[in-house]
Amino acid sequence: MPAKYHVHTEPTPPKHKVIGKYGIVDWREDCSACHNCVKRECAYSVYDSERDRLQGATDYVDYLYECKGCLCCVQSCTKGLLTQEVNPEFEALGDEVWTPDIISSTWFQAETGKIPVSGAGYSGPFMGPGFDAILTDMSEIVRPTRDGIHGREYISTQVEIGRKLLSLPLNPDGSLAEPYPPQVDIPVPILFDAMPWHKPSTKVTAAIHDAAKALGTVALTDDRSNLREWPDSPDVVKLVRQAKSANPDLVAMVRLPLGPESIARALELTEQGVDAIHACADWHGNATDGTHITKAVRALHQAFVERGNRDAVTLVASGGISLAEHVAKTVICGADCVAIDVPLMLALECRLCKNCLEGIACPVGMADIDHDYAVQRIVNLIGAWHSQLLEMMGAMGIREVRRLRGEVGRAMFFEDLERDCFGPVFGKRKA
Amino acid sequence: MASTIDPGRIRTGEIAELGVEYPPKREVRPAPDRFRNNLSKYRVRRSEACVKCGKCIEVCPRGVHVKPEGYADFLFGRDHLCMAAKCKENGTYCVDHCPQKALSIETTPIYKSLGDYRWTADLILTTWHMAETGEVPDGELECEFGNSGGGFDRIRFRFPEDGPRTDPSEINTAIPLNRRKDGRPEITIDIPVYGGGMSFGSVSPHTMLAKARAAMAWNTFSCTGEGGYPERLFPYSEHMITQVATGCFGIREETIQMAPIVEFKYAQGAKPGLGGHLLGDKNTPAVAAMREAVPGTPLFSPFPFHSVYSVEDHKKHVDWIKHINPRALISCKVSTPVDVDMVAVGSYHAGANIIHLDGSYGGTGAAPEIAKKNIAMPIEYAISKVHTFLEEEGIRDEVTFIVSGGVRTAWDVAKAIALGADGVVIGTSEMVALGCIRCARCESGKGCARGIASTNPEMVAKMTVEWATQRLINLLHAWRIQLVDILSRFGMKDIKELRGRTDLLEHMDYEREN
Repeated sequence: MPAKYHVHTEPTPPKHKVIGKYGIVDWREDCSACHNCVKRECAYSVYDSERDRLQGATDYVDYLYECKGCLCCVQSCTKGLLTQEVNPEFEALGDEVWTPDIISSTWFQAETGKIPVSGAGYSGPFMGPGFDAILTDMSEIVRPTRDGIHGREYISTQVEIGRKLLSLPLNPDGSLAEPYPPQVDIPVPILFDAMPWHKPSTKVTAAIHDAAKALGTVALTDDRSNLREWPDSPDVVKLVRQAKSANPDLVAMVRLPLGPESIARALELTEQGVDAIHACADWHGNATDGTHITKAVRALHQAFVERGNRDAVTLVASGGISLAEHVAKTVICGADCVAIDVPLMLALECRLCKNCLEGIACPVGMADIDHDYAVQRIVNLIGAWHSQLLEMMGAMGIREVRRLRGEVGRAMFFEDLERDCFGPVFGKRKA
Repeated sequence: MASTIDPGRIRTGEIAELGVEYPPKREVRPAPDRFRNNLSKYRVRRSEACVKCGKCIEVCPRGVHVKPEGYADFLFGRDHLCMAAKCKENGTYCVDHCPQKALSIETTPIYKSLGDYRWTADLILTTWHMAETGEVPDGELECEFGNSGGGFDRIRFRFPEDGPRTDPSEINTAIPLNRRKDGRPEITIDIPVYGGGMSFGSVSPHTMLAKARAAMAWNTFSCTGEGGYPERLFPYSEHMITQVATGCFGIREETIQMAPIVEFKYAQGAKPGLGGHLLGDKNTPAVAAMREAVPGTPLFSPFPFHSVYSVEDHKKHVDWIKHINPRALISCKVSTPVDVDMVAVGSYHAGANIIHLDGSYGGTGAAPEIAKKNIAMPIEYAISKVHTFLEEEGIRDEVTFIVSGGVRTAWDVAKAIALGADGVVIGTSEMVALGCIRCARCESGKGCARGIASTNPEMVAKMTVEWATQRLINLLHAWRIQLVDILSRFGMKDIKELRGRTDLLEHMDYEREN
């Protein structure tokens, strides 16, 4: 058994004021400054910092970024002066794929390295498109689970990137007839990719590279690794062969856009000696034909299975992966591992404002980021994702992420559930 | 360990100490919000032009405007009772009637920020209304559908346009819990609803007591959860289910013997496939004593039962409890994996009287968000799947099929039954009735800021047992009225007639072929 993988997380507070979801609006003009002010009663001591700053009744109306939305002050204020609003700055974050909740959850994970936990059941929509159209399985009574998170059983998240032999050619004396192809082992199925829409500052890039190193994974922009990536081109096979002859330990990966037209090319490249295929959706998780990464990866995986050489190649998928659950679901759909981009920036407090594209100053000063802080924030994020992967795999009863690949039997798909459970009852689902 | 249970206290001692009504009565009494300011959809504003003529008081059907006899000015209005949209239709809109044009009504920012996809602001406010008054909401706010875009929120009843209605007084809403004919007691509950398990330590003792008292008033059940059976609940023991869960915390022979129903918790919808974790801070000396653990240490409930890896192992568990308590019914609480139908049938064959499925969108306690959202299937799918399979196996009428996990309203109860369940278990609805606003911070700081799910004495004191009991009794009263109304509109006399009547349902995203 490999040494137990453990991510050393450490609380790393943000350097900038976090944009919270709820704000309390305080209409101070009617305040009677009574002695039983609800602000003292706040269970979260949110108002404590305000006490030093605000004295008079005429100060400005403020949003409190740490408000947890319990509404106790709103409901208790003697004169009913307080009210709650959803912070418009929060609602304006990101877009429909990179939602404010995802961004804020990523900040939390990068700060604490912990699994986001909350009470009162699930509060989101009933399944949904894309990744949300997939649920994962759990086991009880008739099948065992794996207790990974409390460490009683070891759940491996290691993946080997590189060409696998479908059989071992042996000499008459039992020794290997040819050397085993080189592999790059990563202890979590997550590679660090280049950013989809800009090249980050030197300091950010250095932090990403060092975080990858600390985690034991690979940043694809870092040429110190034996995993090398080429964009697809007519002479890419020649380039790969040249590089491999210069460095026999090299694992060669070719980057293709994810989509139906890439399937033939991926099969062809694999047969011509490329060790790994990196299939990239766009940063919203859409393949070239507009299908979601999960569906496109299933098609690509299936093509290799049908060709009988799925085990020969390593499939890396990327694009739109923003939460730990997306890693598990992409692997279930057939990838060996994933590559992530934007979450690395979010870990560094990026607000997805894209000011950097327009040459406007970054609100969190990304160009001049503190190295140790940045490395730890990324390590924390992956630590939290790793823990969540263990939770999901434990519930599924899967002890190795390698066995999760293409294991659609441990997942439930929206279309199937609707057809099998509701179809007989309600008829035909409207298009 | 020697028993600390003194049978003499069971019916008397704790009652005198608490000074609450016993037995609690099934009677609606007003239980207004325990906070000073009600949350509301509308805010009525009165400008300086008001001449205090009192016309608004006259036209308002709900008593929103308050100006007691002898007072020169209006007091704070009861804005939470305002039904502006209905009033506009009915010609009782005070804004139009005000001779001075001094009134205006606007939607509050609170209303816009309250709630989520599953529990919308409307569902929270109507649940509060029912808990306060015991009355069915007047239709101003949506009380049937949430905004989740699937499942119950897209399923509705196909009521006959002018069929014969049943007289509400003739309608029976009781369901039997033992259908096995195994010689064990034939327990019946008066409404097809009972309370879910919330452990001592996870919720406040007042919450636990209120749940038990409301269950007694309605002749149904509440559940101790995992974490022991506090003595204060002994007077309600005939209405308490006790849980045997994977951590086996606080389980004693005597408490098993006291319980009319013993529930095996194999899994829970909030964290299917995962164990539980009581934070060290919440493991106070009282909690630790109950759980027979060391105070201040975090307590883990493993997953799964390490003694159960097959249906045969499960049967050994069931036999063990049946032997210790010959009058107990056995409930088997499981979650909703891919093969939920096999799990249900296996549980039945191992000897369970009740199969309790807890769907993935439910739960009250703190759980990883990734688990709540992604692991296991929503209950709506599972009901349909399991009910059909039990029928095919020819055992549907031998077992009571109870579901939970996302059952929020009386409408959800009726839909779950029409899909094939016998009854439901509720949890979050009870919490909301007690004033939960679903901020989801059950675990942080001193625990629940609203004193519902906290063991911190200062927080617990925010809510009295009497008030909380009354809120739950009122809620169930309003729910029963709604259930009776649904049955009446279908011309049915018994809730059992509704079970599995999927022909009475339609899904708004489907086209029926017939």
